[in-house]
Amino acid sequence: MSVSPKHALAVWRRNASMYARTWKWNLLPNFFEPVFYLTAVGVGVGAYIQEMGGQSYVAFLAPGLVCVSAMNGASFEVTYNVYVRLMFEKSYDAMLTTPIEPDDVLAGEILWALTRSTIYGGSFYLMVVAFGLAPLPSSLLALPVLMLTGLLFASIGMAFSVNVYTIDYFSFYFTLFLTPLFLFSDVFFPLDERLTPLWQFVAEGLPLLHPVRLARAAFGADTSGSVLAWDIAYILGLSTLLLAFARRGLRRRLMS
Amino acid sequence: MASSSSGAATPVVNISGLYKRFGERVAVDGIDLSVESGICYGLLGPNGAGKTTTLRMVYGVTQPTSGHIEVFGLDIAEHRREIRARLGVTLQDNALIEPLTPEENLRVFGRYYLMDEAELEDRIEELIDFLELGSHRDVPVRDLSGGFQRRLTIAQSLVNRPELIILDEPTTGLDPAVRLALWSRVRALRNEGATVLLTTHYMDEAERLCDRVGIIDDGKLIAEGAPRTLIADTLAQDTIELDCTEEEEARLLDGLSTRVHRLRVGERLMLHVDQSVALIDHIRSHSTNDDLHIVARPTTLEDVFLALTGTSLELGE
Repeated sequence: MSVSPKHALAVWRRNASMYARTWKWNLLPNFFEPVFYLTAVGVGVGAYIQEMGGQSYVAFLAPGLVCVSAMNGASFEVTYNVYVRLMFEKSYDAMLTTPIEPDDVLAGEILWALTRSTIYGGSFYLMVVAFGLAPLPSSLLALPVLMLTGLLFASIGMAFSVNVYTIDYFSFYFTLFLTPLFLFSDVFFPLDERLTPLWQFVAEGLPLLHPVRLARAAFGADTSGSVLAWDIAYILGLSTLLLAFARRGLRRRLMS
Repeated sequence: MASSSSGAATPVVNISGLYKRFGERVAVDGIDLSVESGICYGLLGPNGAGKTTTLRMVYGVTQPTSGHIEVFGLDIAEHRREIRARLGVTLQDNALIEPLTPEENLRVFGRYYLMDEAELEDRIEELIDFLELGSHRDVPVRDLSGGFQRRLTIAQSLVNRPELIILDEPTTGLDPAVRLALWSRVRALRNEGATVLLTTHYMDEAERLCDRVGIIDDGKLIAEGAPRTLIADTLAQDTIELDCTEEEEARLLDGLSTRVHRLRVGERLMLHVDQSVALIDHIRSHSTNDDLHIVARPTTLEDVFLALTGTSLELGE
């Protein structure tokens, strides 16, 4: 059975109703994390750095951190929140007593994670604009990049979550997967200046690298069209693959 | 509730040759049953007997290993969305959104059925009245009592005006007053024309609520019928209970002329007879203990269950 957009939207609206009630508690901690990095590392450490990648350090950091905040938005949603709905709140079991099918649940959840990553990344982007770190109008292209970032990390997180049987695993996901990605994906220093060609090739496997490179291009970095095309293809390709995998896992989980 | 459109001849639920295996474990072992339109049907049995698995297969969330299920005359394997649009399920666990109010929870649930917004608002008011949720309609669910949350969960499953209402252990863990109130609501729904299929391991619930019951044990349907008929067909109408050892039992019942059905659970001995007075006299006259405590009562479904399965429901949990 395939996705019914109206039923998927009902799943999305469930999460939106809940978020409308709880956003203050959810938005603040995750939103402020990249803000702290931008001020502490960008402005604080940046004061001791002449330039990086041909610009001020805080300007170098900005596009990467916009992607990081989108990554965080999607990741919290499809890990902890999805797991709680799956295992503790039994929300999906309740949905499946109605005309909603597992594919609608998956589509609704991914759409919601995308929405949240856009809210997170979008608010962070506005702040970066206010700091005068985003060239206008070209940096507006970072907004679709936020959605791609959301899609990619929603897919990765979902594929992980539907195969996890205890909530403790999520701390591994964050500390052993997302944190290293955050540190080594061209956000804090230009990878191509630090790595040998062989290691640069290996680094192409890092998921966060691709949205960051797209966001940098939107912020004015000079990147070749073929590299950007590869970044988009990577994001769409990996997302498709992982969503197919997550779909199988979710059906097995809900319909046993 | 709308009455079934499928006509009197077609049962609302028709299960044939249903079999489900999880790995090595057989959960449902060849069940055939049908639920006629407009009745309340109770599936009874201890936890782990296969009741919930059977229900899950009826609304299409678990696939049978083999066998066939029709709901409203439609094959569940082919028409999941269509069938589920016409039924409502109350799960064993409440699935509520804790930060939201009862009203908001009902609204979210109604949208799963793609209900028209104006119609949904009317329906929410009806349900708040029907299940007496008005006093706390604006209080977040996390601050509500267990009984209130259960009523809200049942209200959720009625939001689409279902023709078939499936209740999985609707009153487990509730206090007696809340149970009584819920039974009256279920009766009201059935009287309005809905068909009810419920599971319970409370025999009193089944006896008071159900027109027909099926007893499931170890994945098999071992008896079926109207509660009164089932009792009359299986056991004598009176039951007496007393505590005694097996040696005492032999002495107390020595020389008894009438046939007595006996069942022992630990120290407790249960005897089923047509005339309890004569048997009590007989036991008293053979007892050396003047304080022997004997309980005489009508035979219930619980006795039928014990007699058929040889296990106590409480022990079976």
